[in-house]
Amino acid sequence: MANSQDLAQLIAAHAGKEGALLPILHDVQHAFGCVDGEAEAAIAKALNLSRAEVHGVVSFYHDFTPAADLRPHIELCRAEACKARGVEALVDAAQVAAGERVKLKTVYCLGLCSVGPAARMGDALYARLDQAALVALVEQA
Amino acid sequence: MKRVARISDDALSIACGAEAVAQAFEAAGCTVERVSSWGMHWLEPLVEIDGIGYGPAMPADVPAMLDGTSAKCIGKISDHPFIAGQQRLTFARAGKTRPLSLEDYATTGGWAGLNRARSLEPAQVVAEVLQSGLRGRGGAGFPAGVKWKTVAKAAGARKYIVCNADEGDSGTFADRMLMEGDPFQLIEGMAIAAYAVGAQRGYIYVRSEYPHAIAKLNAAIELAAGIIAPLRLEVRMGAGAYVCGEETSLLNSIEGKRGEVRAKPPLPALQGLFGCPTVVNNVLTLAAVPHILTEGGASLYDSLGVDRSKGTMPIQLAGNIKHGGLYEIAFGITLNELIYEIGGGTASGRPVKAVQVGGPLGAYIPPDQFDLRFAYEDYAQADALIGHAGIVVFDESADMGHMARFAMEFCAAESCGKCTPCRIGSTRGVELIDRIRAGGRGVDAVEVLPQMHNARKTRRSTEDDIALLEDLCETMKFGSLCALGGFTPYPVLSALKHWPEDFRP
Ligand SMILES: Cc1cc2nc3c(=O)[nH]c(=O)nc-3n(C[C@H](O)[C@H](O)[C@H](O)COP(=O)(O)O)c2cc1C
Ligand code: SF4
Ligand code: FES
Repeated sequence: MANSQDLAQLIAAHAGKEGALLPILHDVQHAFGCVDGEAEAAIAKALNLSRAEVHGVVSFYHDFTPAADLRPHIELCRAEACKARGVEALVDAAQVAAGERVKLKTVYCLGLCSVGPAARMGDALYARLDQAALVALVEQA
Repeated sequence: MKRVARISDDALSIACGAEAVAQAFEAAGCTVERVSSWGMHWLEPLVEIDGIGYGPAMPADVPAMLDGTSAKCIGKISDHPFIAGQQRLTFARAGKTRPLSLEDYATTGGWAGLNRARSLEPAQVVAEVLQSGLRGRGGAGFPAGVKWKTVAKAAGARKYIVCNADEGDSGTFADRMLMEGDPFQLIEGMAIAAYAVGAQRGYIYVRSEYPHAIAKLNAAIELAAGIIAPLRLEVRMGAGAYVCGEETSLLNSIEGKRGEVRAKPPLPALQGLFGCPTVVNNVLTLAAVPHILTEGGASLYDSLGVDRSKGTMPIQLAGNIKHGGLYEIAFGITLNELIYEIGGGTASGRPVKAVQVGGPLGAYIPPDQFDLRFAYEDYAQADALIGHAGIVVFDESADMGHMARFAMEFCAAESCGKCTPCRIGSTRGVELIDRIRAGGRGVDAVEVLPQMHNARKTRRSTEDDIALLEDLCETMKFGSLCALGGFTPYPVLSALKHWPEDFRP
């Protein structure tokens, strides 16, 4: 995975920042699709932390993953307001459409609670999803 | 001259298809101005041409909108009852200005509060915030002026202003709308707070689910850097943890640690970010400040609302509601007015079964209590929560047993893990609710072993299981360090109390 030179560059870009760990982890996750053991070790060294400390942080937050998953990701909101607007009835069909090819991930709230069911793919947002629209979104992902 | 079509560039409008509509107007030879959202979400994408609104617009509607024959015409937007009935102070610019235009901001009263604050002594600024009666809009409702006073008086050369923009509650989006639609107002509020308490640096902690808000804030901070100097602001992105909305967990997260909740004391006001005195306020709290600091602003704020709930609240109407969106109004309004008169009832047209106010930790309220006044004390008395003022409406198809289970499931997924009642209790709660809904279970082979002295030897009845669930909720309420574990029992117990039939097999 992580090309160690790229990794060093990502870390160096945050040198001198207060509380640099989260910004670094975000950049690493974004660039490599994960924060693996190798990256944890390099970050720990650069920030003068123990690897356990870095691993503790990585494993705490939902946004950081230990291994890359190269499939397209669709994040479907299943929090209260989207439940009230019927998201639960769409889940099975979406799951079938996703199969093993697309990663269908549950998230809690995208701030589109008045126009749900809502989903996100990368930075693109989708609202007012019905079964046909969600299945189409998954199939085209 | 080219016709001008005004369309919001808010994330919600974009999710509803605003980009395609904007492109269609450009293709038709119009000038498109991207403005903030009016907050009438059922009409998004909403198009404004010469003050007249059309929505929800689609690219195919463009010709009819341009010649004024579109059936989607809603008349003059500012006269629409949903807008005309509001008292917009924090959202005064919504729908009217271009979010990143310093010119629009300045010509609509921007920086007046900061300029006036700078002409006063810092202690006077704190006194005006105190006088306004402004309370924290993030959930706990703590008086903002009291917090600022503590930080101002605290000893320390380094102090911080932290804006809590983690907005994790389902049914809330006012922080997001404000950051995307009027970012300079938040920045101005932070600059006033920094002047009042003597802080040099500020952070805005935004959840990672809000990439549009983050981009807008970064651009706005760059544009306003000269105006707010010597204060330096930076945006920090969360990483998908709900509990990081809790202020001490949030501070740990900015410091680069696990988002575990800290015990209080010490108060963040005295030992907050990196151990320094820190103001932590919600987006809406800070964004209310510029208006309060204008001439006469504090007394106006204090004159609105009821009892100790002063000023206006940007209420968010969400879930199964016909007219969902942002409704800013003075405290004191009832749920009946909000849901039926303003919201038009459910989107599905079926009767309302329940509403949840205040996010995942708020109680479910049945329709016979909809005369409850929107005010901190009234809600507290009813075992309910105003929180961040999100209102989620459910119609009769909702399964409240499922919602109670979800409350426990959410707590289990988002617990920071520091205390046992929350970390383990939430998982046991999910199991218990499953068991109650499945009609109970018999004793298992291990339980009947003679060495299991404390285990029960007979089958538990549903009544026993419900008593156990209530007992678990009591333990979570009183044995949890923060409101995640401490308030999860409210949606659970309220669902159990008002809709016991939804817990039967
Ligand atoms: C689990 C939990 C989540 C919270 N989430 C938020 C949040 O997303 N945004 C927020 O402003 N406050 C949130 N709070 C409240 C904060 O701890 C804190 O009271 C608030 O940021 C103080 O600002 P205020 O006085 O302006 O409301 C949360 C509290 C808890 C216990
Ligand atoms: S109640 Fe839950 S989230 Fe809050 S401190 Fe305890 S374990 Fe953490
Ligand atoms: S609850 Fe789904 S977007 Fe808020």
